[in-house]
Amino acid sequence: MASAATFLEQLRQTRVWKSIFRRGPALTNRTRSLAVFGNLFLHFLPVKVREKSLRARATYYLGSFSFVLFLALTISGILLMFYYHPAVPQAYRDMKDLRFVVSNGVFLRNLHRLAAHLMVIAVFAHMFHVFYRGGYKPPHEFNWAVGVVLLLVTLFLSYTGYLLPWDQLAFWAITVGSNIISSMPVIGHRVRFLLLGGNLVGENALLRFYVLHCVVLPLAAVVLVGIHFWRVQKDGGLTVKEERERKE
Amino acid sequence: MSETEKPGSGPASPEPPKKEGLARRDFLNEVTLGALGVAGLGSAVVTYQYFTPNVLFEPPTRFRAGNPDQYPVGTVQFLQDQQVYIVRTEAGFYAVSAVCTHLGCITQWKPEDHFIECPCHGSKFQQDGTKVAGPAPRPLPHFSIGLTADGELVVDKLETIRAEQVLKV
Repeated sequence: MASAATFLEQLRQTRVWKSIFRRGPALTNRTRSLAVFGNLFLHFLPVKVREKSLRARATYYLGSFSFVLFLALTISGILLMFYYHPAVPQAYRDMKDLRFVVSNGVFLRNLHRLAAHLMVIAVFAHMFHVFYRGGYKPPHEFNWAVGVVLLLVTLFLSYTGYLLPWDQLAFWAITVGSNIISSMPVIGHRVRFLLLGGNLVGENALLRFYVLHCVVLPLAAVVLVGIHFWRVQKDGGLTVKEERERKE
Repeated sequence: MSETEKPGSGPASPEPPKKEGLARRDFLNEVTLGALGVAGLGSAVVTYQYFTPNVLFEPPTRFRAGNPDQYPVGTVQFLQDQQVYIVRTEAGFYAVSAVCTHLGCITQWKPEDHFIECPCHGSKFQQDGTKVAGPAPRPLPHFSIGLTADGELVVDKLETIRAEQVLKV
């Protein structure tokens, strides 16, 4: 154990380590802060957090849970893309192949499917929790708005992913859903036509939903999640309930 | 260069002569922003056009429904590929859409109940498309129906007609 620690310490002193991380070992508060500031993946996180905002009751980790699910969905989704053709004769067969032929395909497909259901639940739970904590109040208004857009992105991801198995459930769900879109005043029919790439749910619709599901919406989600996390810190940390009972 | 053009010159220095119209920098800013605006608008229009397909590989909306003799009087027949009912009554023929006016599910003709029923949300229609029950906002539309020169039924789904219009053969 001790040798592992010394090995790590020696590693941190090497030129390669310093070249990658731009610093030596984080031994003082200043260098520990720099470790966070100087890292692309950590810089939007706070250097110091209040102890009470780390308690489970402060957030129930609902936002983190949503983010972890998003990561799991991204990874399992990329793996599923290796076997899936977004075209009309193949899509349904590929889905069936993933379930019955491909090694561990059924695991990945169900992981993706169940994580997607869970993410919608987690995002809603996060939203309700933030709302009841008053997390939409100043100075958090903008981040609340970003959160609302992220909820919509989550629902659109869920909706576009629903068509991809290309089974009866998918077909009729998107038929019904796109007819709901066309009941929008004035532009409804036009939006439906552009979204489906035609008048009915066909191969154009499948391809469009695939591109939205795998490229456009995930990219939007990544950018918005970045802003969302960064703003939590800039707006002064999480909205934590004041513990009145302690003062009394 | 005159003294007034130096940065940080105090208020005591004489004001530069006011020129008529825009300063060069403001003019260039406005021209650039205008050009970017025009280019942005243009790309929005072009992208919109790009996303609108010009050729659709969808079933034709005008189709032949076969010889009138194959529809006995008093029957409702569902054409699966076209999603249309061909109804023949004593009065004649009419073609009713099988697509529910609620959210676009395909309805089913139930001969035992004498109703057209939607499996999705329970809308019910009479065989002439009149709504009986359920959330559907409108009756099922009637499509234009006619005869070809060689005596076959022909239906055009792009043209809806009044429910009273019946093709007499």
